[in-house]
Amino acid sequence: MANTYELIEAQTLSTSASSVTFSSIPQTYTDIRIFISARGTGPYTNTNLKMQVGNGTVSTSGYSEKMVYTSNGTTAASYGQSAQAQSDLQYFPLATSTANTFSNNDIYIPNYTGSTAKSFSIDSASEYNAPAAVLAMDAGLSSNTSAINIITFTPNAGNFAQYSTFYLYGIKNS
Amino acid sequence: MTRPTRVEVNCTTGETSIIELTDAEIAEIEVAALAAADQQAAAEAEAAAVAAAKAAGQAKLAALGLTAEEIAALSK
Repeated sequence: MANTYELIEAQTLSTSASSVTFSSIPQTYTDIRIFISARGTGPYTNTNLKMQVGNGTVSTSGYSEKMVYTSNGTTAASYGQSAQAQSDLQYFPLATSTANTFSNNDIYIPNYTGSTAKSFSIDSASEYNAPAAVLAMDAGLSSNTSAINIITFTPNAGNFAQYSTFYLYGIKNS
Repeated sequence: MTRPTRVEVNCTTGETSIIELTDAEIAEIEVAALAAADQQAAAEAEAAAVAAAKAAGQAKLAALGLTAEEIAALSK
């Protein structure tokens, strides 16, 4: 159980943006957690939300992950990928999804200052008032062994829409 | 025309920067958009093929004399 759970930074987009980056992340916590509520301007119902982590600059290789998901509201399926340029098995709604709906994305990165590969887990729901909404539980790994002090989020298509929110929390076990 | 922007939040200073994309970054986004369009088209084609195969299979079962309830039971 976390003894310390502090908001490091919050960002609500005042206009659409092609990506959102948290840089110079303090190295004083045990774990970090990011909550995203996003919507995109792309032309589809929902799409992948890309995440890259790094030190100084983001790593553009060495991401692997597996997820269990449903995209029809009835059956669950699984999917895995490795040697990717980013983590992208989390989802958010785009322009043709239900109006004014935003995603729920919960990203947990334990031991982010460590010197080994970085694991992460992501729960996401793209939010759409129809079975085409995607609900996914993802477990991943970045081969980056440097302490994480920068994280970037990018839509797979289009931009993040105005009013999308990004909250970065620091968690300590003491 | 306004150039697209990206947002960077410096967690040490609290400063938020809205940065205009370079030509190279804009080109990268356009490539990603095309890839996403291809991905979407492939997913839709696959879903349509599965639906068509299912409908064809059900029609063949009906032609063999199975009732709608029996066909539905087979797909559970």
